[in-house]
Amino acid sequence: MNNRIKSLFAQKQKGLLSVYFTAGFPSLNDTETVILELEKNGVDLIEVGMPFSDPLADGPTIQASSTVALKNGMTISKLFEQLKDIRQKTQIPLVLMGYLNPVMQYGVERFCQKCAEVGIDGIILPDLPLREYVEDYKELFEKYNLSKVFLITPQTPEARIREIDSHSNGFIYMVSSASTTGKTAGLAEQSQVYFQRVAGMQLQNPGVIGFGIHDKETFAAACNHASGAIIGSAFVKALQQEGSLQENISSFIQSIKN
Amino acid sequence: MSYHVNEKGFYGKFGGAYVPEMLYPNVEELRQNYLRIIQEPDFQEELQHLLKDYVGRPTPLYFAPRLSEKYNTKVYLKREDLNHTGAHKINNTIGQVLLAKRLGKTRIIAETGAGQHGVATATVCALMGLECIVYMGEVDIERQAPNVARMKMLGARVVPATSGSKTLKDATNEAIRDWINNPEDTYYIIGSVVGPHPYPDMVARFQAVISEEMRVQLLEKEGTELPTYVVACVGGGSNAAGAFYHFLDELEVQLIAVEAAGKGIDSGESAATSILGRDGIIHGSRTLLMQTVDGQVTEPYSISAGLDYPGVGPLHAHLFESKRARFMSATDDEALQAVLELTRLEGIIPALETAHALAVLERLQAKPDETVIINLSGRGDKDLSTYLKHFHFDEQ
Repeated sequence: MNNRIKSLFAQKQKGLLSVYFTAGFPSLNDTETVILELEKNGVDLIEVGMPFSDPLADGPTIQASSTVALKNGMTISKLFEQLKDIRQKTQIPLVLMGYLNPVMQYGVERFCQKCAEVGIDGIILPDLPLREYVEDYKELFEKYNLSKVFLITPQTPEARIREIDSHSNGFIYMVSSASTTGKTAGLAEQSQVYFQRVAGMQLQNPGVIGFGIHDKETFAAACNHASGAIIGSAFVKALQQEGSLQENISSFIQSIKN
Repeated sequence: MSYHVNEKGFYGKFGGAYVPEMLYPNVEELRQNYLRIIQEPDFQEELQHLLKDYVGRPTPLYFAPRLSEKYNTKVYLKREDLNHTGAHKINNTIGQVLLAKRLGKTRIIAETGAGQHGVATATVCALMGLECIVYMGEVDIERQAPNVARMKMLGARVVPATSGSKTLKDATNEAIRDWINNPEDTYYIIGSVVGPHPYPDMVARFQAVISEEMRVQLLEKEGTELPTYVVACVGGGSNAAGAFYHFLDELEVQLIAVEAAGKGIDSGESAATSILGRDGIIHGSRTLLMQTVDGQVTEPYSISAGLDYPGVGPLHAHLFESKRARFMSATDDEALQAVLELTRLEGIIPALETAHALAVLERLQAKPDETVIINLSGRGDKDLSTYLKHFHFDEQ
């Protein structure tokens, strides 16, 4: 079966731009507009955030966008409804990112089935541990042809990185430094050492760097060490600027790429 | 049926360590080392010494004559309120701070609701000369001002949690985020039997001294180690875990967990998780959780900051599901009445949290020859302004 994430990385090994946004933010029904506009501006992969009331791994920007999205009435059911015709309009790889509890309440199998139905390619659930995934859910994810994307950090031991690599099918999300999302201190010296260490491991899955990537410089720096990079908080901030959604998206993405 | 944690960190289906990869090395370091360190002779020696001479253990098991007379049964109070800092919380912080030191950590973080755990953490950090940061909901900072003052006096930095309901759940979120951002030098002292494995088991073990002493003391007084009932309030459930621990496998002992009903179970303003909650995941643990149909955590309510939590420790979720413990609840008003009752009958002013356990005494319908041990988890000094206002003593 074709999986758009695998096709993407087969075609493009360098300089990939992945963008995260919170579904239901700034307005409930912006999901499709944001996706299509990101594609139009040359983004390679999109992570659609499923908002959660208690996003432990996120900093203030994504927390605030999640709160707004939930107030707007965003739910997983609503999101699938918004995405039901998306594959008639775009073939960009789409990854859903969120926390385990809402997915568990929706029903994990029902969730995977719906993902396959609307054309989702991958899932990121930071608080679903590797062991529980392998024991309880891996079969299900594979049945529905979904790439499960895991995070690694500078503190992840080499043996565990190899284990994560062996259970991943898509890409590995390399968290740039020990932090929640949205820190803008730039990429520290230690991060470079960690990127090089992982690059030297010759993993079967490509790596994409995220957390702290917020402008042209940090994007370029991250791309030197991996297949690409992910921008989240900085993009969510850009969506809050005055002006139309289209203009905000276009000017932000162009500021990264050019 | 086992009521103890299994090798994967679960109590039945509850528990586990549902943490983002950023926390994995920290949680794993703890999991691999906590039992070994706790069992080391020099750790035990230091712990026992501090529990005795610094905390003031063993705490008395007090036969409450007038309360017993009123309810026509034998009521004993386990006086955790007499511990240094005024609650059971310090049993755990002493244990964890000794563990943190042995793991080479230099910076301590904690969450707190009522402020008792925050004070107990700030206290042991002062004792050990360690930096201490306590996260506390903005609402709780307001309603538990005396404890905020104590933490500051002890040298801790109190950081307000301003998201969500601005209470214990949000303070816990902020503490976890701090830990993600400071993975090398920081140790997170969780104050209840919640969070990812091994915390629920570790905290229960440090609090288990409560029931260990109960058995010895009851034997002296009643000629048996086993009471008919053990009653404790439950927010996250650390004092209950400690009070139940050495009775879990004594099936004739009835374990009574009392949750905060707030303004009433069906009022929409409650924290009675066993009734209002469903299987879910909060703060790294699979447990009973108050949530919407869509899996968003709902904001609980209780007049008592320490019980104002939308989840419950996984051990308690398991005790509830397996029916090993009986879960009851008490409203704000019932708890306040129980405060006044204990104060006027026995001359002991309990904490608001503790009062929830006292409030079910009448409903227990214990017989004259039965024994009821209530875990008197904390004293009421921190709640005096609430009491004065509610009972209008400030107008007299």
